[in-house]
Amino acid sequence: MIAGLTWLLGCQLVGEVLVRATDAPVPGPVVGMVVLFAVLRVRRAADDAPAVRVGDALLRHLQLLFVPAGAGVVGYLSVLREDALPVTVALIGSWVLGLAVVGWTVTLLARGRA
Amino acid sequence: MTWLSDSPLFPLVLTLLAYQAGRALHARTGGHALAQPVLVAVVVVGAALLLLDVDLEAYRDGTALLTFLLGPATVALAVPLHRQVDRLRGLLVPLLVAVALGAVVSVASAVLLTRALGGDELLQRTLAPKAATAPVSIALSGENGGIAQLTAALTIVAGILGAVAGPAVLSLLRVRARAARGIAMGAVSHGIGTSRALVEDRTEGAFSGLAMGLTALATSLVLPLVLALLL
Repeated sequence: MIAGLTWLLGCQLVGEVLVRATDAPVPGPVVGMVVLFAVLRVRRAADDAPAVRVGDALLRHLQLLFVPAGAGVVGYLSVLREDALPVTVALIGSWVLGLAVVGWTVTLLARGRA
Repeated sequence: MTWLSDSPLFPLVLTLLAYQAGRALHARTGGHALAQPVLVAVVVVGAALLLLDVDLEAYRDGTALLTFLLGPATVALAVPLHRQVDRLRGLLVPLLVAVALGAVVSVASAVLLTRALGGDELLQRTLAPKAATAPVSIALSGENGGIAQLTAALTIVAGILGAVAGPAVLSLLRVRARAARGIAMGAVSHGIGTSRALVEDRTEGAFSGLAMGLTALATSLVLPLVLALLL
């Protein structure tokens, strides 16, 4: 487990350093994801590789990690009450539009392959 | 009692218990779409914070460990991608075009809809980056004149929307291919949508994680331009 965690954190560290060195407008962990992907390809990692096992374990409880940020919404209840209509409609409307545009674009451009 | 409010134990145990309650409800209802553990946990934790009058800043500090793990968890999205890499062939161009288009539509529609319904410019700037994954949307909101912490919470809501309703809405929209469904989920509901996609199907989960990463990049590039055009 420690070996796997070291891989994940090491890749994140490389990602963060790359982002800062190049001033790229991407989050470090996303670059770290690309780095780990390259590592897994090169090493032809199987399902019992440490990074794969710890990665699977973390992803199984991905939702847990978002709870603190989500609970932060209670700090803004008065703002949300005041602007309930624009916030609700814009959030849901924009979400549906984005979902439709992305889903349809992939379907259209990748006929038969997706 | 000050040790209790100074220690991260209470916030952590509260969050873990609320999450476990969400998982139990998810199992008890046979995996009902509304019983997403994250949704149940946010409601339970939010109610507890209000009822017990816990300082939000203290709760945030106490749960910093969980929030920190979002970093390595994002890195870990390389794992499903590695397993599904064979399916990526021939889909790279559709994926890139769709994600870029999706980022523009997400930002522009959030701004225009907020404005149409009477939201002020601060609110428009706060809602604009909500499709990008939380650490990115927070940074983008701060850099572009929004309320960063409110953006964080709204980003989570957009994610929960995907976890709860994403698959059903995609079926209504007649998007059936696994890859297309996954990409759409990751593009509008980031990591939380991806967590549902991973449960739905391995291919969906892998593409959702990839789309989440690319959407973070695309939103960072597109947001300042769209805001300059619209505001």
